[in-house]
Amino acid sequence: MSDAESMMHGGFVSALDLPDVPSSKLPHHLDLRRTRVLCNSVAPDNTDTVQYSGAYASMGVDNSLRLDDFRNNFKVNVNRLTADEMEFDMVGVDPSLANAFRRILLAELPTMAIEKVFIANNTSVIQDEVLAHRLGLVPIIVDPRHFDYLSENDRPNEKNTIVFKLHVRCKKGDPRGTVKSDELRWLPKGSEFLKESGASASNTKAETYTSFNFSQDSMPEFSDNPIGVSPGIIVAKLAPGQEIELEAHAVKGIGKTHAKWSPVATCWYRMLPEVVLNEDIKGDMAEELVKKCPASVFDIEELANGKKRATVARPRACTLCRECVRDDEWERRISLCRVKDHFIFTIESVGALPPEVLFTEAVKILEDKCERVISDLS
Amino acid sequence: MEHASFGDERNATFGITEEDHTLANSLRFTLNQDPRVIFCGYSIPHPSDAKVNIRVQTTGEPAREVLKDSCQDLMLMCQHVRGSFDKAVADFKKNNSSNKQSSKDMDTD
Repeated sequence: MSDAESMMHGGFVSALDLPDVPSSKLPHHLDLRRTRVLCNSVAPDNTDTVQYSGAYASMGVDNSLRLDDFRNNFKVNVNRLTADEMEFDMVGVDPSLANAFRRILLAELPTMAIEKVFIANNTSVIQDEVLAHRLGLVPIIVDPRHFDYLSENDRPNEKNTIVFKLHVRCKKGDPRGTVKSDELRWLPKGSEFLKESGASASNTKAETYTSFNFSQDSMPEFSDNPIGVSPGIIVAKLAPGQEIELEAHAVKGIGKTHAKWSPVATCWYRMLPEVVLNEDIKGDMAEELVKKCPASVFDIEELANGKKRATVARPRACTLCRECVRDDEWERRISLCRVKDHFIFTIESVGALPPEVLFTEAVKILEDKCERVISDLS
Repeated sequence: MEHASFGDERNATFGITEEDHTLANSLRFTLNQDPRVIFCGYSIPHPSDAKVNIRVQTTGEPAREVLKDSCQDLMLMCQHVRGSFDKAVADFKKNNSSNKQSSKDMDTD
């Protein structure tokens, strides 16, 4: 045995082997700061995320990204799923990614919306431009993936434009009428309005505002599934004798350009609330605590000896109003936190695509963005 | 894409057009998680211009390679997110339809 080895195995102990030097795990107080937002009565604390890979290098803890770790830790759990709304938990992901998905859902997923309105007649009290704006906001129930974008130099055709017609009249003597979005009629063959061309009257074929090569209802995806709009939306009101006749052209676009192209009504996430009772809360205090909470997070359990104790029954319901920790003595008793990498994500679709499809499309868009940067760098 | 680095390819600024916080903040995250990165950050020079500048400084590797790897990482993460999400939705639909089926059966009984 060499001298050096005998030194190591003898009285000499490396500082890294001392019991109070953690080797691969963060001490509790730092781990709490890394993983939780602390909601104190004054203000939330510790709201940032530790992203730098070497943040805990001095403690021997690696904070870098390992894809395998990500794959092992990442979890999705669907809580609620209907035709136009869903809520799911996304665990093990950084806020920057969750926020990227949210931003893409709101502003970068394409849908179809009315962009041009050709008004032939409008004698109603609602002005042309206001009427056009209202029509623009009506959601069109169609899968935008079947369509192309209409570029500036393109002629509107069956692959990039959907044409609707609205012709309503309120007869004299009738009561006042309401025009609802249901009255928009899909024109699969394209525009019916003739272009006013002063040049060649000899032109045999009259030109319309679109140049469809074939009827959209002959396309397999629409043949037994006509394109419609979200029903029941009030567009205008008509007094007796008033009339609206117009044609509305819908094109593909994204929410960044105008909110009418946003595929979601709203889309948001919140971090998972965590409510911890630092001490047993019993008797009258338990009653007081249950009464304090407007979101009814707490419940009372009966102990064997007839006493009552407060429990955290529904931490998810917590809105972090911090009503329960307003008083100093209560702040000691309860810790309100949010888990930084656990997101409760809600998507409300307007109807063009179901919410689960919207989310996968949003993730695909982020992938496409990465691919673009990679190809630019190569 | 603009790519500016002065003499030393370990430090570089990348200007990406038509992008915003959506991509830049996610990339900052993946870059920061890479042990080869000393510093990284991004800025949007003017809110009316659709452009971001991403600054990358590395311990030795060329910055462009590190940025490329980060994009690759982000893409793989997205693919995993998509995969797990689709699976979770499929599971939910399966469980729910079987639940509905059983409750229907109970109704008819």
